[in-house]
Amino acid sequence: MITFIIRRLIAAVLLLFVVSVVTFSIFFLVPRLAGASADDLASRYVGKTAGAEQIHETAEKLGFTDSLPVQYGRFAKGLVAGADYNTGPTIEHCPAPCFGYSFITQNPVWPDLLDRLPVTLSLAVGAAIIWLLTGVTIGVISALRKGSFFDRAAMGIALGGVSLPIFFTGLLSLSIFSYKLGLTASGGSYTAFADNPATWAYDLILPWITLAFLYAALYARLTRAGMLETMHEDYIRTARAKGLPERRVVLKHGLRPTLTPILTIFGLDLGLLLGGAVLTESTFSLPGIGKYAVDAITNNDLPKVLGVTIVAAFFIIFANLVVDILYAVVDPRVRLS
Amino acid sequence: MSSHGEGRSRLSDGSAAEAGATVAGLQPPSSFLEVRDLRVRFPTVDGLVKAVDGLSFRLDRGRTLGIVGESGSGKSVTSLSIMGLHESANTRISGEVWLDGEDLLGSTPEHVRRLRGKKMAMIFQDPLSAMHPYYTVGDQIIEAYRIHNDVSRSVARRHAVEMLRRVGIPQAASRVDDYPHQFSGGMRQRAMIAMALSCDPDLLIADEPTTALDVTVQAQILDLIRDLQSEFNSAVIIITHDLGVVAELAEDILVMYAGRGAEYGSAEDIFRRPQHPYTWGLLSSMPRLDMGGAARLVPILGTPPSLIQVPPGCPFHPRCRYAKLNDGASETVVPQMTEAEPGHLVACHLPPHVRHQVWDTEIAPSL
Repeated sequence: MITFIIRRLIAAVLLLFVVSVVTFSIFFLVPRLAGASADDLASRYVGKTAGAEQIHETAEKLGFTDSLPVQYGRFAKGLVAGADYNTGPTIEHCPAPCFGYSFITQNPVWPDLLDRLPVTLSLAVGAAIIWLLTGVTIGVISALRKGSFFDRAAMGIALGGVSLPIFFTGLLSLSIFSYKLGLTASGGSYTAFADNPATWAYDLILPWITLAFLYAALYARLTRAGMLETMHEDYIRTARAKGLPERRVVLKHGLRPTLTPILTIFGLDLGLLLGGAVLTESTFSLPGIGKYAVDAITNNDLPKVLGVTIVAAFFIIFANLVVDILYAVVDPRVRLS
Repeated sequence: MSSHGEGRSRLSDGSAAEAGATVAGLQPPSSFLEVRDLRVRFPTVDGLVKAVDGLSFRLDRGRTLGIVGESGSGKSVTSLSIMGLHESANTRISGEVWLDGEDLLGSTPEHVRRLRGKKMAMIFQDPLSAMHPYYTVGDQIIEAYRIHNDVSRSVARRHAVEMLRRVGIPQAASRVDDYPHQFSGGMRQRAMIAMALSCDPDLLIADEPTTALDVTVQAQILDLIRDLQSEFNSAVIIITHDLGVVAELAEDILVMYAGRGAEYGSAEDIFRRPQHPYTWGLLSSMPRLDMGGAARLVPILGTPPSLIQVPPGCPFHPRCRYAKLNDGASETVVPQMTEAEPGHLVACHLPPHVRHQVWDTEIAPSL
């Protein structure tokens, strides 16, 4: 088990390295291949009024004229150890992980991201708990009562859930629950959990439900399909042949194998959302990583986009690592293979 | 389960309602297990599948019954009906299954559930898929034992180790914590048998217990079943398509065809004096080592019938070489199991002297 975890850890680190190379390539190599010169790259870092000489000076200062391996080395060092920028009179230190400074606000990207992380974290984790509980429960009941009214109603709603985009369900729920009924916050506000848990939940309840609705629909369908398959396995028949009560057959022998593939998907989904629940955050104007990314892209603020890319990739890799380890805990066959 | 009502509705079933016979039919039989006029149907989109169609047989404690037949002859469906393991939603069962004086088809599902594992147990064809991959072998035996016995986990665990030891698993005390995938195929089937026998059942049903195993392991498993049977004095039903397996184990043999009984008798009757053309076909298609490989195997012509549209009359008549030898009854009248000699029943329209003649002159010499 320990060696298994170590193997997965090494794989995760290697993957992070690959991600950093790919990200570097996208931001610094691809433009060069497309014909942009070092000066063209540097022109994004200076004001509109800068002359050709200033631009060239900046290009040299930022190292765009160096060879690519050297540039990547500096990029990677910035991520791991931080970077120093010579701003003339002083040397400014950008602490690790250094993604650079925003073109617009001149702030370093990482502290900005850290500020927004709790919002995304609260949104994603809260929604995940809701959709896991409801989706799996509904899926199991649907599978056990296949063809019943409950099953057909639940699967009908679930089909709607997976088909309707968040910006539709989100706006609809805002208009009903917030504007018409006044039951929930109208979006745009976020209170830290530590400041006031009640307000925190009040602000987030509608985004949670909207986001969870989409995923719960998906998970209900997956769980139902998985459960139907599992309940036809030979070992379920064995469990019944032993004389176990049906409840125990379902909950002990049926549910666990059904949940393992769902665990994989759950890890991916959660990892993806931690990197920014773009649609939900935009719809409800929540100041999370997703909204930060959208703003950065709209403003062509490359260092921010770079930061979000790497942070999002990190979350996905991390979630996968956790899922792999959990998988081995759940399914004994994984440990040995 | 719908079987309760249907079990009773059999009373109005003309074919079985021969004066007084039905009244007697509801009396508990003297045999330990008695199946009477069992019918199992599955409604499907293509039509009603008559998987078992009027099957009757009996079995006493300490005896082994082999049920033989091609795939789709209703062997496994019969065993699952006895165990009450069919899904009630898409199965229609009628008839009677008496186990130790109780009509299982007339009992509540909850009552049958309590009997499962304790009074009757089952082992399945493929032990890898029949054991739960997420739980250790020991956990699965402990669970089977504790559901029927109010004992602590540690007591159950000792019992599990003891059961594993009895079925011949070396280092049982440490292997009890292994997962099924860490066992070899033969060991896995031994563990499955240990689980089935953990509550000392009176009836053990083995559904193709050696089909998924290496040939070398098959004989060991059969030996084990035989040894354990004499030790536990349980009734055993062994279901197989392999005549070699029944020859090895069974004292009584039931040959099934298209959901009905074709021939029933002692192993001696079936192997030495078989009377049904289908049994002849099975014997002729079995390789014999003592013939030096010289004899050609004779396949049974044709294919097993559709269970949705079973041929009228004798279900075997389209494939029977001798169907012409009687006056067309084969195509119209369903043959009933009748006693050809004491304890030896045959469902065949051929006149007894014709059967004896064909067997003596045509079949026996070629085997």
